[in-house]
Amino acid sequence: MNVKTTPRITADRPLRVRGASWLVRPRGLLMAVTGTVALLTLMALNMRMGDIPMTLAEVVAATIGDTAHSFVVMELRLPRALTGALVGAALAVSGAITQAIARNPLASPDVLGVTQGASVTVVAVIVFTGATYGGASGTLALVGLPAIALLGGFAGAVVVYALAWRRGLSGHRLVLVGIGISAVFTNLKYWLLTVGDVNDSSRAMVWISGSLHARGWEHVWPVLSALAVLVPAALLGTRTLNALRFGDDTVTGLGMRMNRARGVLLLIAVLLAAVATASAGPVAFVALAAPQIALRLVRTAQPPLIVSAFVGAVLTVAADLLARSLFSPTELPVGVVTAVLGAPYLIYLLIRIRRERRT
Amino acid sequence: MRLQAVDVKLGYGDRTIVNGLDLGIEAGTVTTIIGPNGCGKSTLLRALGRLLKPMGGQVLLDGKRIEQIATKEVAKILGILPQAPTAPEGLTVADLVARGRHPHQSWYRQWSADDEGAVAEALDMTGLLDLAERPLDELSGGQRQRAWISMALAQGTDLLLLDEPTTFLDLAHQVEVLELVRRLHGQAGRTIVMVLHDLNLAARYADRLVAMRDGRVVAAGTPHEVLTEELLLAVFDLDAKVIPCPVSGTPMVVPIGTRHTPQAGVTPKEVAVG
Repeated sequence: MNVKTTPRITADRPLRVRGASWLVRPRGLLMAVTGTVALLTLMALNMRMGDIPMTLAEVVAATIGDTAHSFVVMELRLPRALTGALVGAALAVSGAITQAIARNPLASPDVLGVTQGASVTVVAVIVFTGATYGGASGTLALVGLPAIALLGGFAGAVVVYALAWRRGLSGHRLVLVGIGISAVFTNLKYWLLTVGDVNDSSRAMVWISGSLHARGWEHVWPVLSALAVLVPAALLGTRTLNALRFGDDTVTGLGMRMNRARGVLLLIAVLLAAVATASAGPVAFVALAAPQIALRLVRTAQPPLIVSAFVGAVLTVAADLLARSLFSPTELPVGVVTAVLGAPYLIYLLIRIRRERRT
Repeated sequence: MRLQAVDVKLGYGDRTIVNGLDLGIEAGTVTTIIGPNGCGKSTLLRALGRLLKPMGGQVLLDGKRIEQIATKEVAKILGILPQAPTAPEGLTVADLVARGRHPHQSWYRQWSADDEGAVAEALDMTGLLDLAERPLDELSGGQRQRAWISMALAQGTDLLLLDEPTTFLDLAHQVEVLELVRRLHGQAGRTIVMVLHDLNLAARYADRLVAMRDGRVVAAGTPHEVLTEELLLAVFDLDAKVIPCPVSGTPMVVPIGTRHTPQAGVTPKEVAVG
C-alpha cells in the first residue's frame, strides 16, 4: 500500500532506540527544566529566612561547603524547604491521578477521604490522649502523629472506596461519595475540637491547618521514599490514565483491565496524599490546583504527572515563603496561605466548568 | 468457528436478558444481528467481545474460552466498536486512530514504526488521511463513524464487532459506512459481526442474518432464509410484504401499516411476492 503522508500525533515526538520507542512532549521537558530552576530559587529564598538572616550567597555557600551557617541551613532550613517541596509534589501527583480517574477537574485527594480521614484521626488522638499522656508532644508528636495520620488517611480512603464501589468504579459516584464522607469527617473533627480540652484543641488546630514549622529530616525521608517508589509506578500507568478519558467499553475493548488499573492508580494517589498529609498536615488546594495549572502549561488533555509534581512543589514553597514573610515575624501555617489562594481559584474553576457545559 | 456463544446467560445485576443462547460465527462472514429494541442483541455482542461477562455458559474465541485469554491478547485478535462511543473533546482523528494501537504497545514500546504504518493504513482505508489532523467533533456523523472504525482497524484484528455502526446517521451516511464494512470484508476476508436496525440494509450487506427476540435466537441463516413475512410477524409483530430488492435482489421489507391513501396520479399495484 502506498501511503503518502504520515499522520501526526498531536504534540508528541517519537523517540526510537532499536526496538524500543517512547513518546516525548517537548513542552513537558521545557516545563520540567523551568520548574527545577524556579523551585531551587524559591527554596533558596525560603532558606534565607529565620532568626539569623542570611544573604542568598550565604545560603548557597552553607549548602555546598562548610561555613558558620552550615548547621542552621542543613539541619533546620533545608529540611523545612525540602519537606515543603516534596509534600507539594506528592499532593500534586496524587491530585493529577485522582482527576484523571474521576474525569473531573474538581476531584482531589480531599475527595478521596484521605485528608479529612487523617485530620479527624489526629484530632481524635490529640483530644482523647492529650490529658492522659501529658500532652501530645515528644515521641508521640514526632513519630506517633504522622503514623496515626497515615493510618487515618488510608482508612478514610477505604471507607470512600468501599461505599463508591458498585460492580466497578464510576468517577461521578466516587466524587459524590467522597464529598459526602469528607463532610461527615469534617463535622466529626469540629465536634471533637469542641469537646476537647482547650489546650489540646489549639494544638490540634495547628496540625489541621497544615504547617511546615519545625520540619526536619525525619519529615523529609518518608515523603521522599514514597515519591521515589510511587511516581515511577504511576508513570507506568500513564498510558492507561490517558485512555481513561474514553468510555469504559472502548478502553476494555482495547485490552485494558479497567477496574484493576483504576484500583492500583487510586491506591498510589491515596498513599501519596496520606504520606504528604502525615508530614505537613492537610495543605489545602495544592492537589486541586497544581494538576490543572500543569495541564494548561503543557497543553495536554490529562494532567501530566511530572510537571504537576513541579508545579505542586513550587506552589507549596512559594506559599510557605508568603506565609513566613506576610506578617513577619509572625508565621502563618502554610495551609492557611494555600487555602486563601486556593479559594478564588476554586471559584474560577467552577465558573469555567459552568461556562464549558453551557457552550 | 471464529466466535461462539455456548449456552450463555447474560444480564445486568438481577436482570437476565439472554438465557441459554447458542450462536456460532463462521470465519470470513459478515453476520448481522437483528431484532426489536431490548431483545438482547447489543448485550449478546458485548458478551461476544468480552465487554460483558456471562452469568452462565461461555464464549469461545477460536475455540478457547475468551476469559482465559489475556484481555490484551484478545484485543490483538478481536476489535469491538461499542454503541455510540464517546471521545474526549478536541481529540484529533489521528489521535483517536492511534489509540487503536494500544494492544501492541507497552511502556518501552510507545510508538513504533509499525504503529505509525498501521495508523496511516487504517486512515487510508477509511478515506480519512486528509482529515487526520482535524478534531473529531468537527467531522460529519459519517466521517466520525469512519474514524471510529478506523481505530478498530488500526488494532489490526481480522475479527470486528460493530454495535449499531449506523445509528444517528442519515441514509446516505448509513450506506457509506456499510459499503466500507463490505470493503473491509472483501479486502482481507475479515470476519464481521454487526448489530443493525435497518432490515433492508441488513439484508443487503450481510451474508448471514441472526434474528433475535426476548433473548433468544428465532432464526439464523442467509437473508433469504431469515427475512420472511412469517418471521417479521413472529419477531417484530410486523405485518409486512417482502419483495425482492430491485437493485440487489435481496429481500426487501415493505410494512403494511394502515395508511394506504394513494397519492394523486399513482395507483398501487399488486406486487408479486417471491
